[in-house]
Amino acid sequence: MDFLRPATWEEALAAKAEHPTAVPIAGGTDVMVEINFDHRRPEYLLDLNRIGELSAWTVGEETVELGASVPYTRIMEHLRAELPGLAIASHTVASPQIRNRGGVGGNLGTASPAGDAHPALLAAGAEVEAESVRGSRRIPIDAFYTGVKRNALAADELIRSVHIKKADGPQQFSKVGTRNAMVIAVCAFGLALHPATRTVRTGIGSAAPTPVRARVAEEFLNAALEEGGFWESGRIITPSIAREFATLAAGACNPIDDVRGTARYRRHAVAVMARRQLGWTWEQYRGTGRAMEGAA
Amino acid sequence: MRVNFTVNGREQRADDVWEGESLLYVLRERLGLPGSKNACEQGECGSCTVRLDGVPVCSCLVAAGQVEGREVLTVEGLAEYAGNRAAGGGASVPGAATGEAGAGAARPGTAPHPGGSGELSPVQQAFIDAGAVQCGFCTPGLLVAADELLERVPSPSDADIREALSGNLCRCTGYEKILDAVRLAAARQEETV
Amino acid sequence: MPTTGTPTSLSQGSRTRGGIGESTLRPDGTLKVTGEFAYSSDMWHEDMLWGHTLRSTVAHAEIRSIDIAEALATPGVHAVLTYDDLPAPVKNYGLEIQDTPVLAHGKVRHHGEPVALVAADHPETARRAAAKIRVDYAELPVVTDEASATAPGAPLVHEGRGDHHSGHVPHPNIVHRQPIVRGDAGEAAARADVIVSGDYVFGMQDQAFLGPESGLAVPAEDGGVDLYVATQWLHSDLRQIAPVLGLPEEKIRMTLSGVGGAFGGREDLSMQIHGCLLALRTGKPVKMVYNRFESFFGHVHRHPAKLWYEHGATRDGRITHMRCRIVLDGGAYASSSPAVVGNAASLSAGPYAIDHVDIEALALYTNNPPCGAMRGFGAVQACFAYEAQMDRLAAALDMDPVEFRQLNAMEQGTLMPTGQPVDSPAPVAELLRRVKARPLPPEQQWLVAGEEADVRALPGGLSNTTHGEGVVRGVGYAVGIKNVGFSEGFDDYSTARVRLEVIAGEPVAVVHTAMAEVGQGGVTVHAQIARTELGVAQVTIQPADTRVGSAGSTSASRQTYVTGGAVKHACEAVREKVLERGRRLFGTYHPAWATAELLLEGGKVVTDAGEVLADLADVLGDEAVELELEWRHRPTEAFDLRTGQGHGHVQYSFAAHRAVVEVDTELGLVKVIELAVAQDVGKALNPLSVEGQIQGGTTQGLGIAVMEEILIDPVTAKVRNPSFTDYLIPTILDTPTIPIDVLELADDHAPYGLRGIGEAPTLSSTPAVLAAIRNATGLELNRTPVRPEHLTGT
Repeated sequence: MDFLRPATWEEALAAKAEHPTAVPIAGGTDVMVEINFDHRRPEYLLDLNRIGELSAWTVGEETVELGASVPYTRIMEHLRAELPGLAIASHTVASPQIRNRGGVGGNLGTASPAGDAHPALLAAGAEVEAESVRGSRRIPIDAFYTGVKRNALAADELIRSVHIKKADGPQQFSKVGTRNAMVIAVCAFGLALHPATRTVRTGIGSAAPTPVRARVAEEFLNAALEEGGFWESGRIITPSIAREFATLAAGACNPIDDVRGTARYRRHAVAVMARRQLGWTWEQYRGTGRAMEGAA
Repeated sequence: MRVNFTVNGREQRADDVWEGESLLYVLRERLGLPGSKNACEQGECGSCTVRLDGVPVCSCLVAAGQVEGREVLTVEGLAEYAGNRAAGGGASVPGAATGEAGAGAARPGTAPHPGGSGELSPVQQAFIDAGAVQCGFCTPGLLVAADELLERVPSPSDADIREALSGNLCRCTGYEKILDAVRLAAARQEETV
Repeated sequence: MPTTGTPTSLSQGSRTRGGIGESTLRPDGTLKVTGEFAYSSDMWHEDMLWGHTLRSTVAHAEIRSIDIAEALATPGVHAVLTYDDLPAPVKNYGLEIQDTPVLAHGKVRHHGEPVALVAADHPETARRAAAKIRVDYAELPVVTDEASATAPGAPLVHEGRGDHHSGHVPHPNIVHRQPIVRGDAGEAAARADVIVSGDYVFGMQDQAFLGPESGLAVPAEDGGVDLYVATQWLHSDLRQIAPVLGLPEEKIRMTLSGVGGAFGGREDLSMQIHGCLLALRTGKPVKMVYNRFESFFGHVHRHPAKLWYEHGATRDGRITHMRCRIVLDGGAYASSSPAVVGNAASLSAGPYAIDHVDIEALALYTNNPPCGAMRGFGAVQACFAYEAQMDRLAAALDMDPVEFRQLNAMEQGTLMPTGQPVDSPAPVAELLRRVKARPLPPEQQWLVAGEEADVRALPGGLSNTTHGEGVVRGVGYAVGIKNVGFSEGFDDYSTARVRLEVIAGEPVAVVHTAMAEVGQGGVTVHAQIARTELGVAQVTIQPADTRVGSAGSTSASRQTYVTGGAVKHACEAVREKVLERGRRLFGTYHPAWATAELLLEGGKVVTDAGEVLADLADVLGDEAVELELEWRHRPTEAFDLRTGQGHGHVQYSFAAHRAVVEVDTELGLVKVIELAVAQDVGKALNPLSVEGQIQGGTTQGLGIAVMEEILIDPVTAKVRNPSFTDYLIPTILDTPTIPIDVLELADDHAPYGLRGIGEAPTLSSTPAVLAAIRNATGLELNRTPVRPEHLTGT
């Protein structure tokens, strides 16, 4: 095993080009578990800790450019207004120690369906900025997840940042685990209202081979809200609409039975989370003043 | 590979480090600092918590090569660190000296030790006084995490304490005495301010 | 009668500071908070090698061949050992039945069984070499439960059994079976107005101590070995290690290193023999440290159980009879299964007076992971089931569940199902009364300032699943009974060596036992006992090792009772010798030496009226008084193999819980809000430690109620979740406040009237939480742990 320590982004890209099998390590919260438990013996470890720009973010007009290694703790603390869904999701990641090290780049690189950031990114809308010595490209988040623990990155590419749409409305995120802290998602759900475009977007974690959006549910809700004039009136959403949205969200799942939960439970829980989050976000949209983010 | 970094204010060098080694392994097996504990090695228990450039992290998930040139605080340096902080000395431990890699053999440590040493940090003393230590294997990680909490939040609520320590498993105490200890340390800290 | 507040007579230790009854602080506390306390995984030696274990990847298979050539040729590798390298005729070990191969011989019987060992200069070298060992397995069908284990033609887990249980079991895949019959359950059932029966399932729990199995073996010049290790019982280890190494016990010098928790999981051997084998083969010190993955294979677990219960009661709420059948899965090797069976059977009726019982408990041999000791063993599984039955009986009779229990609660004098009378206080009804009398925690406690929801106080916690939606509160009660100490005729003794001497002008007591301090605070209590009995301020506790006699196991809630008793006994004998010496030296100077009752207080010899006769320093001079003595509790007897009758237990321990839970009924998530406990401890030698034991035991019971379970694939018998990612234990956000009510009703048979306390709180915690969840949801919930699927019907 070789340990590569590029001091700059350019050096990192060059190293990755030279050694496409090199495994990038930033927070180490995935890679080191695999090494400690002898699940993986990469030929090269490519340390990204020394590249400062990966831990920085820029708040722009439309989007936040979030460096791949910005720790979840920083997202929780500093980007709550701009990226509320991701901030809530960040707060549910593992433990304080892990949140201090891990970042969105790791979730994306591993592309585990259980990664907590995915539903929030899907719901908010985002593009992954991947770069190699060949150049830079932006991969829409919807096209990023290509299979179980597989993503759209080429062998020589590294994730530099994620461009995430700034919230134009309320966002929520929940995950189910069988413990009240430090738990991997049995399944997760994220919801973002986009009043500017009068759309809603969703994200589902751990309930399909990849993180997915509940597109049919989104389309149904978009249409129902439009037809009912809900965006203008701010009326309470009819329970039948919420129920149908929840059912369709569950329908977007393609889960399995595993040690963490049954497929049936996952579908059920996604429906409950979808319904609750629609209630929370819509209440907040209606501006009735109740704090909908809880203390999460 | 060789790794140079600072541990508890002292420059340290470790040689012949295998690239897959964790910071935890280097501390424990190469630098003679076994205070940080190896309970799960998967970031699910917090027993190996150290501060890396001031931030609490699981040292089992930091690759040894990643700490090159950085500062690490372990439970072994906690008393001195807290003492300097109380004295207004800021976050780093002065009096840096060069340490030798590879300390002597650890010996069974069950021999009694007179309590009430004046050199403990408030959190360390509170853990003893409140009965928060049983087997003690989780204790070093909890101390590092709790001390950092009290540095950030001098008077934490119970919910704050629970959240801050939710990454540190304890199998002996049921956590009640740990909560007591952090409350006690916070109260004592307030008295002295 | 005294007329002033000053006592007219003293008793030994009543004026001594830091004696029994005080919350003195741990003597090892400072080392533990500074990181200097040396646990078994912290051992280090110049020039040491790292040992590594290759374990079976399948549960049941013939081993056709093992090829170690490539592994042995790996640079940095010093030794690769298999069964063929074992040095002595004895190749198996075991606590009671020596059925466990040191290294697999021709066959593996469970997933993760040790097959080969490697010693190398770096752990990674050892791992890589182990990966090069080629084992050719021919898989065999597995037996995983009672049906498959006792089916016609079922493969035998152990062929040709010759152990002392093999003669009375109905099938070779049954380790041990204990029936208990008292009264006439059939006749009594006919008198019952209501009969309630149920099937219950108890999942496999892991001790999940945080300090992994580890140790350092150092070869010695005399051909022996020095072993530093974390264990619960040094001498039991020694008895199992020596024959396999082919060495006399004197040549294996064991020292207890720091123990990172135990809870039963260190009663069996793990790396002890392996480390010694590698050290003796290589001539170098060998360190072995399991990682968490390996730890799940490196120790036995709590027996999962299937239980069937039937209770009857009359309309006025009196239990008529109880019938039960308890099937425990012992896994591939016996470990402590026989004792677990004895406990499960004899405690299966719970702390209730039931005259007519028909009980059967048995443990299976299967190809599942071996199961053995864990806090409360046998009694825990039964308590989960009989307490569910109590609630169902109360409901069938339309009675309050606590009042129903109180009506049937045992008392001092009640006969156990074994016919043994309970001959010390049994305040079962009172414990229930106390937990019930506590005020309930406020409703909707998650609302901060009456408005905002703090998710940390809600089911799901930080995962932000509810802000109060779907949340229903429930309250549940349970009470349990656990035996203390080793039962069924076991010679359960301990040894203490106590020396009193003058150091730098001060009298100092030195206490040396082989008691394994695993975190429980035995070292604290020993110092307190020595202070009380010898009236000195300074006590030195020597490291536990095999240079002193056996202390027995740190298990079965027994150490304060038995080794505490041994320390007390040795101190008393030392005190008597010191007083004799005083009489000899100074008796002529004061008549009180001959006439008064003499005590040691404050470093002096005093009369019971408080008159000082001499300084201890003057009595002792340059001579130390030292004695090593054994002490045993009252003998017990075996249970009759057919009727289960017999005075098998020495003492009982009782605790009751009230659980208050909030359940997110839509998502099936649970937050335990409060777990109130009442426990009779006889005498709290160290109140702070007592609380710590009760809260810790309670939390382990909570864990098996709502999250902890080792999952075994029923087809392959392989462990599915050997990690802390998927075997979850409670975090501080899962653990409620645990208010404690301690009773101190002395057991006159025990030292200071104390009662063993470590296990009882683990028993009733689980059924109380289950009862509270049933109360919140109305669901039957006959298995533990409860998973979200069970609460949501998904």
